[in-house]
Amino acid sequence: MLLPIIITFLLAFVMLLFKPQKMARFFKFISVIPLLLFLYLLSYLPAVHYGVKSVFFKNDWIPSLGISLDFKIDGLSMLFSLMITGIGTLIYLYAAEYLKKDENIHRFYCYLTLFMGAMLGVVLSDNLITLFVFWELTSISSYFLIGYNTNEEDSRKSALWALSLTGLGGFLMLASFSLIGMVSGTYSINELLTQPGILVNNEYYYIIISLLFAGAFTKSAQFPFHFWLPGAMKAPTPVSAYLHSATMVKAGIYLLARFSPILSGDEVWNYNLMIVGGITMLIGALLSIFHKDMKGLLAYTTISALGIIVFLLGIGTETAYYAACTFILVHALYKATLFLVTGIVDHETHTRDLSVLRGLGKVMPPVAIAAFIAALSSAGIPLTFGFLSKELFYGVTTGTIWTRESVFILTGIMLLTNVFLTSAGFLAGIRPFFGKLPQEFKKIHKPNVFLWLPPVVLSFLTLFFGVLPAIVDQTVINAATSAVFGKSTDMYLVLWHGFNMVLLLSIITIVLGTVLYFTIKPSNKNEGRLKGLDDFSPQTIITNIAVGIRLFAFKYTRFFHNGYLRIYILIIILFFTGIVGYKLFADVPLRVNTEGLSEFRIYEFIVFVITMIAIYIITNTTSRLTSIAALGVVGYSICLIFVFYGAPDLAMTQFAIDTLTVVLFVLVLFKLPPFLKFSNGKIQFRDGIISVSFGVLISLITLQALVSPADKSVSKFYADNAYVMAKGKNVVNVILVDYRGFDTMIETIVLSIAAIGVYSILKYKTQDGEKSE
Amino acid sequence: MELLLVILVGAFYSAGIYMMFRRSMVKLLLGLLLLGNGANILIFLIGGITKGKAPIIKPQNTEFLEVYADPVPQALILTAIVISFALTAFAIVLLKRVYTTTGSDDLDSLNIQDLDI
Repeated sequence: MLLPIIITFLLAFVMLLFKPQKMARFFKFISVIPLLLFLYLLSYLPAVHYGVKSVFFKNDWIPSLGISLDFKIDGLSMLFSLMITGIGTLIYLYAAEYLKKDENIHRFYCYLTLFMGAMLGVVLSDNLITLFVFWELTSISSYFLIGYNTNEEDSRKSALWALSLTGLGGFLMLASFSLIGMVSGTYSINELLTQPGILVNNEYYYIIISLLFAGAFTKSAQFPFHFWLPGAMKAPTPVSAYLHSATMVKAGIYLLARFSPILSGDEVWNYNLMIVGGITMLIGALLSIFHKDMKGLLAYTTISALGIIVFLLGIGTETAYYAACTFILVHALYKATLFLVTGIVDHETHTRDLSVLRGLGKVMPPVAIAAFIAALSSAGIPLTFGFLSKELFYGVTTGTIWTRESVFILTGIMLLTNVFLTSAGFLAGIRPFFGKLPQEFKKIHKPNVFLWLPPVVLSFLTLFFGVLPAIVDQTVINAATSAVFGKSTDMYLVLWHGFNMVLLLSIITIVLGTVLYFTIKPSNKNEGRLKGLDDFSPQTIITNIAVGIRLFAFKYTRFFHNGYLRIYILIIILFFTGIVGYKLFADVPLRVNTEGLSEFRIYEFIVFVITMIAIYIITNTTSRLTSIAALGVVGYSICLIFVFYGAPDLAMTQFAIDTLTVVLFVLVLFKLPPFLKFSNGKIQFRDGIISVSFGVLISLITLQALVSPADKSVSKFYADNAYVMAKGKNVVNVILVDYRGFDTMIETIVLSIAAIGVYSILKYKTQDGEKSE
Repeated sequence: MELLLVILVGAFYSAGIYMMFRRSMVKLLLGLLLLGNGANILIFLIGGITKGKAPIIKPQNTEFLEVYADPVPQALILTAIVISFALTAFAIVLLKRVYTTTGSDDLDSLNIQDLDI
């Protein structure tokens, strides 16, 4: 099994070698690939056709991590893989004609083949991790297919929506798989099946199933994740028919069905599926009939149909599983037909507007017949395959396991859904082909045989299985049901049950659906009403959230990163003052060490006062020169303080540097205009408060630091050894040039660099263009 | 005297930060210098101030015989003063250049707003 899948993937890339247009007529021969796969899979049918049997293909990949490329064919896989390859064959044929003139058709076939390989991988993998890999590959290839018309913005957007939602779901599903692997110690589905209960009774059970639901519901477009599917209808119609009705969206269903025997058994599992499925099927069916775009209508009926399957899986009885498995096939057959027909109509008339399309049966009879049969099947008219599944639905909801009230509710929901689906089916499959042919469509001639043949084949199967159900129920459907149910089942699809409740419900459905069909007329007004609902749709909500987050990020950045240096300093200082201040007052007892403090003499006090005045002048003057002079005064005062307290070296340096600074200031900045007053009193007051409290905090910290005397051992070492080791008597000098000689050297380098910088800036001539005055 | 110096340190820090909040580039630089002075005094103060006695060994002795001022903070401050001069010199020239190029002393006039978010 590994080989066919790998070959499929390789062939996908071979497609890229074909030249479009020139070789356009050869593209239909590519359908040989799915056909061969179909026949190959069919050869395994006898092996799995009855009871819980399977064929296992073992391929190790990374045994140490429990990851393998094991494949398994059982009834469920068989049902899905036959659908994938069978419908795939027809789609391949159809698309070659549909996209004949497209210049990227080789890419289209590459994506489509990739998708088919991935999809086969999903339904055949026995290993959870491998299943996940294929699952993501279907999302990715679907992304390329939805966004196939790359020059349309809508198409790209829808593709991204679909990818992000299914991707997110897949991600959560991976989490679920890892939990399953952690709890049970194996990633093999086959082994999990041999130990049921191990997950159900585990404490992680609810997390596992909710993550699994997230994966399945996003992929299968269940409420509230349904909205990506109508968007995905931007894809070329063959893609919609293949991926978004028959196969990929059913991957979520497959996942739920696959895990039913492993994870069902808890009421939460059943109720969740029933509620979500129930809501989805009702909403999808209700919304579908208001659309006048054929594809839009079909998209919503697909959502509804997926809801029905989830609902049935949720009910979880043998009959329900049987009904679900039957309906998967029924739906794939009639929905793919309707989509293909839509594609033909679109291709020939260039519109999908149901309010315009009439009477096309006169110009394309085979298409009309196929559509008619599909519509009947979707409505559940006897002798079509759809009738059998509808009988089963009502059989399930009126089953004996329910209380009177539940029968009422479940049957009611089912009836309502089916009534709407019936008229939706009529709208898409019957309305465009009957009535009077408008003038503008008179010139249309019969479409190419490769366009009308696939839907005709599908509708023929619908009819064929409807009349002779034994052909499928004894082969795949029973086998699939056994795989889902976990026990061997042996049920029959019966054409005639006699006059009973179920038949009555079927008749009511058809009658009401027909009445509704004649009441509802596709129009802009109805679509307009739907637009109002858009405000509450999950898509709008998510979009609004996304916009909101972006706005928040923008404002947040604006606030904290506003480009004003002083605001950054302000925030830093505020936080520093707040946090350190709080810590200081909360944890440290405030003490002032008055002992050992030296008294001050009068001249020291005078120096102090002068310094304070100079600082005040610097901060308040409007004259640049005054402030520079005041800065000089401050420098000299500090110089004096150094002199008073035994630091002659410092005093000399400070004196020299300060003089230089002032001279430099005056020389260079003398010509600048006086300070402009940029800020108002309020801002100055704010800044004043903040800076004064910062200063006070620093003072308080200094005061606290003075309480404990500094460690003098380092100083003592230098003092003791200055002469003994370094032969110098000025200890400060010895430290600088001897003990810390390297520091001083590097400091000199820094000074040199600064000097070079100063020199080059002074020499630099301003270019003309740079002046912005 | 320590108490006076503590107040002085506070005053330097307050004034320095206040000047840095201003929009003028020259004021920003002045604020930085005041802050630097405050830090120097702070280091000097924390090291313990000793009146009058420089950390210089008398010519006739080979070691200290009496109390001396702590040499380590002095070495640190000396380095700080010199480095801050390098900074100041470079900044002054840069300011001058900015002024001749843009014709403004206003920091905000140098901002380029992010246009498209």
